Amino acid sequence: MVQQPDNRFYAWLPFVTLLRKEILRFRRVSTQTLLAPIVTASLYLFVFGATLGNRLTVLEGFSYAQFVIPGLIIMGVINNSFANTSSSLFMSRYLGGIVDLLVTPVTPPQFIMAYTLAAMLRGLLVGSVVLVISLLFATLPWEYPLLAALMAMIASFLFAQFGLIAAIYAHNFDTLSVYTNFMILPLIYLGGVFYPISILPAPWSSLSYLNPLFYLIDGFRHAIIGVGDTSFAVAFGISASMAATLFAWAAWLIGKGYRLRS
Amino acid sequence: MLLHKAETIDIVRTMNALEITDLYKEFAGIPAVKGLSFAIPEGEIFGLLGPNGAGKSTTINMVAGVVRIGRGQVQAFGYDNQKDYRYTRRLLGVVHQEIVIDNFFTIQQALEIHSGYYGVKDDPAWRNLLIDRLGLRPHLGKVMIKLSGGMKRRFMIAKALIHRPRLLILDEPTAGVDVELRHGLWEFVREINKKGTTILLTTHYLEEAEQMCDRIGIMHHGEMIALEPTHDLVRKLSNRRLKLWLEEPLAVLPAGLEAYAPNVEHGGAVLVLNLPAGANAGTMLKQLCQSGLNIRDFETDQSGLEEVFIQLTGMGGGNNGSAA
Repeated sequence: MVQQPDNRFYAWLPFVTLLRKEILRFRRVSTQTLLAPIVTASLYLFVFGATLGNRLTVLEGFSYAQFVIPGLIIMGVINNSFANTSSSLFMSRYLGGIVDLLVTPVTPPQFIMAYTLAAMLRGLLVGSVVLVISLLFATLPWEYPLLAALMAMIASFLFAQFGLIAAIYAHNFDTLSVYTNFMILPLIYLGGVFYPISILPAPWSSLSYLNPLFYLIDGFRHAIIGVGDTSFAVAFGISASMAATLFAWAAWLIGKGYRLRS
Repeated sequence: MLLHKAETIDIVRTMNALEITDLYKEFAGIPAVKGLSFAIPEGEIFGLLGPNGAGKSTTINMVAGVVRIGRGQVQAFGYDNQKDYRYTRRLLGVVHQEIVIDNFFTIQQALEIHSGYYGVKDDPAWRNLLIDRLGLRPHLGKVMIKLSGGMKRRFMIAKALIHRPRLLILDEPTAGVDVELRHGLWEFVREINKKGTTILLTTHYLEEAEQMCDRIGIMHHGEMIALEPTHDLVRKLSNRRLKLWLEEPLAVLPAGLEAYAPNVEHGGAVLVLNLPAGANAGTMLKQLCQSGLNIRDFETDQSGLEEVFIQLTGMGGGNNGSAA
C-alpha cells in the first residue's frame, strides 16, 4: 500500500463539494424536488390561465393570467428554496448524517453559502420552468426584467435562509411541516398571489401590508407588469432587509453550531 | 475565508499526534469529562476504554469537533482544534460509533464527496485501493440504504480514510459486526498504522484492545484512571493463578499460604493459589515441594485486560467483557 502524506489543503474545495453534493441531492430525487412542483404550478396555470382566468379581471389593462403568473412563479421559487435547505439540513440532523459534515474543515460561511446556492438554484430552476410553461397561457409585458430577476433571487435567498433556520429549530417532521403549512402557505395565499390586495375590504387590505411575503410577490409582479400595490422601491427595500436579517440569523445559528454541535 | 489557494499543512512540527490538556465537558450541569489530560505520540495505536458513560465518546467527539469543548485544549499535530480547526479536521479521520451514511448516494459518489469535504482532491488510486482493500468493489453502484450492516461499517472506514488522515479515530467500529469482518478490519487498521497513521480506538472487545493497542487508557466517570503500555497494565494489575494437581487430596490447607488466597477444588485434589504481581512461580513451587506437598502437575494462567478492567472500574459481573 502506498500512503504518502498529502499535505495540500484546498480551502475552497469543501465549499464546492458541499454545493455539488446539495445539487446532486435534489437532482437525485428530481421527481419530488423538481417535477412535482412544476406539475403543481402547471395545474394552477391551467386553472387560472385557461379556464377561470378567462372570466376574471382583477387589474385594469391585464388579463387574469398576466396578473397571476408572476405570483405563481415567485410561489414556486419560494416554496422550493425553502424546501431544499429545510429538508436537506433537517434530514441530516434527524438521521445523524450532519456529523459527517461537522468533522470536516467546512467553515460556517462555506456551509451557509453552499446550502443557500443549491436552494436558490432549485427555486430559480422551478420558477424558470413555470415561466416557460406560462408562455402557453399569456404573454407578459416584462417591463423591468433585471429587477424581476433580482426580486426572484432575493426571494430564493431569503427562503433558503428561512429553510436553514427552520431546519435548525425543528424537533421533528411535524414541527417542520408547521413552517410550510401554517406559515409559508397562508402567507403566500394571503400575500396577493391570486388577487391584488387593493381589492380587499378593510381591514384586510391594510393588514395585508403586514404580510412580509406581500412585498416579495408584489415587487416581482411590479417588475414584470409595471404596476403594483406598493412602490417597487418599498417592496425591494423591505424584501432585501428581510433577506439580510434572516441571513444574519442563520449565520449566527450556524456559526455557533446551535443544535448542530452539542 | 471562503476561497483561497491550496495551503500546505506542516505536520512535522510536533511529535504528538494528539495532545489533550485539562479537557472538561458537562451536559446539563453533569460533568461528562473531568479535566482529562493525555497525549498520543505519532504512530501509536492507543486504546481508550471504559464502561458506558465513562466519557470516551464525549472525549472523541470533542477532539473531532462534534461536541464543543467545555474547557481545556485539544491539539492535533501541534494545531489547536478550535483555532486551527480546518487543519486539525483535515488531519483527522473519524469512524463514528453510530452508522452514519447518506442514503442519497452510492459508495463511489460518497467517497468522492468526502474527499472534497476535507479539501483534498480526489485521488482515484487511493480511492480504488480503499475500495478493494475493504471489499467494497461489488457494491460501488448501490445506494447506501441497500448496503448490509457490515458493508456500511466497511464504507465508514473507507470514508474516514479517503482524505489520508494522519490520525484515525475509531469509536467502536466493530460493534455489532461478525468475527470475520472484525478480524479483517483490525488487520487493515494494523496495516495503515504500519504505514504511519496514528490510531485512537475504543472497542467493546477487550481482547481486541489487548492485542491491538500499544497503550491503553481506562476512563471511568470522566477521568483517566489508568494509562500505561498494554503489557505493563495487564502485568501490573492482573493476578496470575497457580493451579496444582496433587498426588493425594489435601485434608487440610498447609499453613503459611493465607496470603495467596488458597482454594481447593475436586475434593482437595487441586490446590489453586493466586500469585501477586512480581511473584516467582518457580520459587513458590520449590517451597511448596519442600513443605511436603506432592505435586503431580501444575499450570499458571494470567488474567487479561478484562479482569484488569473490572478490577479498576469495579464493573464486575454480567458485562460479558464489554468495556464500553
